[in-house]
Formats: sequence, C-alpha cells, structure tokens
Amino acid sequence: MSMLSKTIALATGALIVAATLNAPVQAQDATGQQLYPLFTYRTGPYAPSFIPFGAGNIDYLRYVNEVEGGVNGVKILVQECETAYTIERGIECYERYKNGFNGALTAAVYPHSSGLDVALTDKARADKIPIVSPGGGQNIATDGRVFPYQFPLIFDYWSEAQIIVDYIAQQVGGYEKLKGVKIATLYHDSGYGRDTIEPLGILSKKYGFEDIQIPVPHPGEQQQAQWQQIRRAGADWVFLRGWGVMTPVAIKTAARVGFPADRIIGDIWSGSEDDARPAGVAAKGYLAVSVFPPGTDYGIIKTLKEKIVDQGKSDLKDNSKFGTVYYNYGVIEAITFVEALRTGQQKFGNRPLTAEEGQWALENLNIDQKRIIELGAEGLISPLKTTIDNHKGETIAAKIIQWNGESWNTRTDWIKADSTLFADVIKAKAAAYAAEKGITPREAASN
Amino acid sequence: MTTLQDTVPETGPTASIVTNPAVLRLALVLTSIVVAFGVVPAIATDYWLSSIIIPTIVMGLAGISLNLLQGYAGLVSLGSAAFMSVGVFSAYNLILRAPALPLPVVLVLAGLTAAGVGIFFGLPALRIKGFYLGASTLGAQFFFQWLFTNYPWFSNNSQSLTISAPRLEFFGYDLQSPVGRYLLVVTVTALLIGFAFLVVKSRLGREWMAIRDMETAASVLGVRVASRKLQAYAISSFFLGITGVLWGFAYLGTADAHTYNLDKSFQVLFIVLIGGTATIFGNFLGAAFIVLTPILLDHLVLSANIAYLSDQGAITNLQRVIFGAIIIFILIKEPDGLSAWTRRGAEALRARLKT
Repeated sequence: MSMLSKTIALATGALIVAATLNAPVQAQDATGQQLYPLFTYRTGPYAPSFIPFGAGNIDYLRYVNEVEGGVNGVKILVQECETAYTIERGIECYERYKNGFNGALTAAVYPHSSGLDVALTDKARADKIPIVSPGGGQNIATDGRVFPYQFPLIFDYWSEAQIIVDYIAQQVGGYEKLKGVKIATLYHDSGYGRDTIEPLGILSKKYGFEDIQIPVPHPGEQQQAQWQQIRRAGADWVFLRGWGVMTPVAIKTAARVGFPADRIIGDIWSGSEDDARPAGVAAKGYLAVSVFPPGTDYGIIKTLKEKIVDQGKSDLKDNSKFGTVYYNYGVIEAITFVEALRTGQQKFGNRPLTAEEGQWALENLNIDQKRIIELGAEGLISPLKTTIDNHKGETIAAKIIQWNGESWNTRTDWIKADSTLFADVIKAKAAAYAAEKGITPREAASN
Repeated sequence: MTTLQDTVPETGPTASIVTNPAVLRLALVLTSIVVAFGVVPAIATDYWLSSIIIPTIVMGLAGISLNLLQGYAGLVSLGSAAFMSVGVFSAYNLILRAPALPLPVVLVLAGLTAAGVGIFFGLPALRIKGFYLGASTLGAQFFFQWLFTNYPWFSNNSQSLTISAPRLEFFGYDLQSPVGRYLLVVTVTALLIGFAFLVVKSRLGREWMAIRDMETAASVLGVRVASRKLQAYAISSFFLGITGVLWGFAYLGTADAHTYNLDKSFQVLFIVLIGGTATIFGNFLGAAFIVLTPILLDHLVLSANIAYLSDQGAITNLQRVIFGAIIIFILIKEPDGLSAWTRRGAEALRARLKT
C-alpha cells in the first residue's frame, strides 16, 4: 500500500511539474506592456558584478515607468530570469521569454554574457529576435548584413586596442614617438583575452612600437613569472586584459617587481572598483579603459538618486554601490533599450514593439549629442548611431580613468577609435563566417 | 484487487501475459518508441523541446556513458567533459574539412576519436585505482581545455575560440528546427541505448562486472583485465564523444573549451550518483533531476508570485539552497539512486498484477 501511495505521490508530483511548466503564471494580464526579460546572475562566481549592474538596469527602468510614465505611455515589464552565468540556464531563459509573457511583447533580448550571445546566434536568426550585448558582443557581428539580429553595441576589443595605443601616443608625445616603445599585453588566456593579439599586431606594424604578448592561464592567481618577463623585456606600458581575480593579482605582483601602477592600463573588465580595491595601496595610480564611466555627478545618475534611491525604490541593497562602474553600466544598458523603444515607436506608433520592430529600431538607433544632453547623460555615454552596415555604433569611444586609492577619477575625455582602420578586416571575417554557414548577406535596400 | 478478479474472469492467462517480463519489456520499448518519435514531436512546444527535453536526454546519455565505465566496470573518471569536447571539436573539424561526409559518419568518427583519446587516458587504470585513478583522469580535463584554447586551428581560427554548430542535415533533410534537433538527439540516443544494452548483457559487460566486484578473482577466472579496462574507457569515451557533439550542436548551438569544463564532468558524475549506478534508464532520471529541478523551482517561484513580495536576490539564492538540500536528502534516503524507486515501483506493480 505504501508503494502505491508513493507511486500516486510521484504521479501527482509529475503532474504539478507539467502544470507549472506549461502554464507558469495566471498572474495579471500584461497586454499593452513591453517585456524586458532581465537575464540575471545573482548566484555563481560573477554575482558580485551582476548585483550593481542589475540594480542600475532596474532602477533606470523603474524611473522610466514611475516618473516618466513609461516610454510614451508604454510601461516596461521587467521579468527576471536567473542564468547563474551558465549557457544552459540562459538558453532556458531565452526560450521562456522569446515570445513575450502574459501578453507583454519581447522586442529584444539582452543575454548579459558573451558566451550566451554566441550560443543564441543561430536560434535568434531563426526566431528573428534581436540579441543585444552592449560592451560584450561579437565583433564580427558588427556587420549587420551577415548578422541581422546581433547587436554588439557600444564597444569591442579591437577598438579598445586602438584607444590604448592612442592614449600611450598622447603620453609619449605623438604617434611618431611610438617607435621603439614597448607595450606588453598581459591577457587572460581565453577567447576574450586573445582577441587583442591580432589588432595590436597590425597597430604595431603601423606605428613601430614593440608588441609583447604574455598569456596568463585562468584564473590567474599566480603571475610572478609573467611579471618577471615584463621586467626583463623592459616594457614601458602594460595593457592588462584581466578577468576576475586576475586583475588585482596583476596589480599587486606589478608592485612587487617594481612596475609602476600608472603605466598599467586595464581593460574594461579590469576597470571596476572591485578590480582595483582588493589590490590595496599597490593600485594607487592604476589606469583603466572606461566605457561605463563611474561617478554620481551625471545628470541622470543624480536624478536616479533623488527619485529612486532616496525614495527607497532602488534594487540596491548596499547603497555604496551606487554610481560605481557596474551600476552605471546597468543604467547605460537600460538607456539603450529605452532609446531603441522610442526609435521604434516613432516609426510604428506609441505601443509595445514586436521583435521584428525591435530589430528595425536597434538598427536605426541614433543617440546623438543633443539627445544625450536631454537624457542627462552627458559624459556618461558617447554618441551611438547604428546602421545595417554597423550594428556596433559608428563611433566607438572610451575614457581613461585612474584609481586614486579610494575611487576612480576621470583622466581623459572620450578617446575615439578610428572606425575605418579595422573595418575591412572585420567585414572579411564576417564574410568568411557567412560562407562557412551558407548565409546570404542582406542588402541595405531590403530594410 | 477483488474488482480486478470480478471483471476479468480469466485471470490466469491474462496475468501471465501481463507479468511475463519479456512481453512487458517489449511493450515498454514499443511505447517508448511511439512516445519518443510520435507523441513528443507532435505535442511538445519549442520551449519544451529546446530547453527541457533535449538537454535532459543528452545529459542522460552522458550519464549512461559514465555509468558504463563507473557502474559496470568499476573504474572512475573525472574527465567526462573532456571526452565530450574531443567529440565536438572532432565533429566540427570533420564537417568543416570534409564536407562530403554525411552526419552519421561524422558522429561515429567523432566517437571513435574520443574513444582513442579515452584509451590513452585510461592507461593509468592498469596501474592505479580509485581516488588516484580519478585524479589522473583530471589530466584529460585540463589538457583538452588547454589544447583547444591554445591552438585556434581547432576552432578554425575563430576570434572567440568558439565553434558554432554547422548546418545539421541528414540526406538533405534539414535538422535545424527544434523538432529536427530533437529527432536527431532521440534517434542517436535510442541507437546508443540499444548498443549499451548489448554491451552490458554481453560477455564484455559480465566481465566488467566481475572486475568491478573482485579484480583478483576475475583475473584468476581468466578475464583479461587490462584489455577489458581499456575497452571500458574506449566504449565510455565513444559514447561521451557523441554526447558531446549532441550537446554542442543539437542543444547549445555552440561550443568552446569552457563549455566542457570540470563543472560539466561533475554534473555527469552527479547524474550517475543520483540516477543510480549500474543502470541504463536511471541516468535519465538523474539527468532530469539535475536539469529540471532548478528550472522547476524557478517556475514555482514565478507562479507563486512571491518574487514581488520579497527580495529577488534572496529568492534566487534560496533556490540554490533548496536544490542542494534535495540532493543531500536523496543521497541519504536513496543511496542507490532514483532508479531504485522505479525498480521497486515496477516490482510492486508486477506483484499486484500477479495476485
């Protein structure tokens, strides 16, 4: 009998499983709203960077909903989905929300992971869902003819290499003085880390600086040998392309071998408070590339403080994270989403957008200086204009920031990368991808 | 019970057909085939296929692969994911560099490559045992992650060292859609399950179990222990190689060295522990548990609407705690794994039908 009751219990359990998975929510109907599926990683090794990043996203969208009354009246429904930064859970989240939720429409998906961005490429192409990865997309997807649904907005590592070289050129007194300067790149040994080898090789040929490439195996807790190598080579500058624990270890080891912190320039993922602070006094003077400038003095950040944080409506539990690199990154990302909705609404009307309309909107984004000032985001973002040819943004720019031991100071204004320099190489890579996958690139006229 | 006897007067012969294990098994197999190839593709939505059914089946297959080695031959491996990555990178390069090869041939060749690698990394099993053997298989895990990161040739010099799934087709039939990918997965899995049963029931399988239960006795009886052990690594890795291809191409749509990291190897190990050692179907229970429980908890939170009442971060972390607690509970209450439930359930059912 107990066996039978167990079997019944098991069957009931299975039924509950099926029922919950099939009809997850009988909650309120959300027709007329725009869905924003927020892919979270509040658990797992990268949770500390997600928490302020997610809060920046949520706070800005709350501000748009509650203070501005939505995007031209259309409310944004934020629906969280935990990926724990794994591709498997990310795919589940994508499948769960790709067709909307309770009547709210999906216009775009922000996967919040470069690996997931790649994994969703084919699925998104088939489902016609735009995949947007500000700061973390695939560089070859810049070519919107081959990748209609990928949007690697705002930044890429090839442009970052240019910006680094440009900054160093400024410091040594011009590009002609670069000859003989030794720039060592200390990189996380992964696809991400290796991505700057090729552009730096091209730049080194062009400007005559000596290009030294040194890998650090994941996770990078031991770097004595690499820094000895940097010393022996007599490097003048170090471009630090770290990830996670690798960055503070690099800064500390540099101090130990006597390499000055103000000659180390961190990558965008080596440039948050949590990268510099653990290195203690060794980090004083350390430089980093910043596309998501930290600080609380920007107009929109001040507004968020007043209307959201001070009202107790912020998603932040720890208010000291307000205005940090990752928080501001979240705000910037949310701005790209809201501005895409506005762009689409101008063409399709003031209503929630479908994914197909979202694709058009993301491909016709134009956040110019005038709009940036209206948004109160002057200094926080640089102009962003996309076209079918360029899904990343026509001008890529970043600032150099410097750690003073407590917080980041902005060291330069926006440094622009020369977008023409690598355009042909990236186009050729996209064409090779298209050939390998049997994709016929779209024509500009078809859109 | 009485009602059964009342309505069915000819209890004797009917019951003997129903309880005849061979008939029962045949019926079970036929039902599974009808469900797998007919019912599921007809009724399952994209969501179910792409994010629930496909990963569960593929991980179940990974569990079978390791179970052949661990459950039947008594050998250990912490490098399952490495053999999966060998499979997927082989398949990718075969399709890329020899486009004329049809998909089934590619799958078999990828499996064979993984099998070769498995034999090589199984060599320490001839000298060392248990924990030490486990540690040596870790070598495979780190070696291949290093290899595929440092030699971009394997990923066709892709910028991010990531390979993306090639077009999947079978004699011109496009397998790109969720149903197509599901059919590919379920067909390969059905064939491999059949193969696994053949192996386990054969002399090879019996000798594995003899080695597992007492190696000295087995060798006294004339079992060629060394070659049997290497065969176990070869067959297990052959399965894992094909599983790796399915995971990368039919499920994720992409693969890189990190996709098949140590976490994945541990996941496969947990599937075996939770599903039950020395079973075939138990692995699917284990896989379903590992893949589905976190998703299910998430859906429960969603449908209970508590996310609006409480802190989202706390809820997300709580889900992980609950998941861990369930694993501990199962391992304490059911050390033989979830397959012990179904086995006992089936026995009880048969006993009831007999009376």
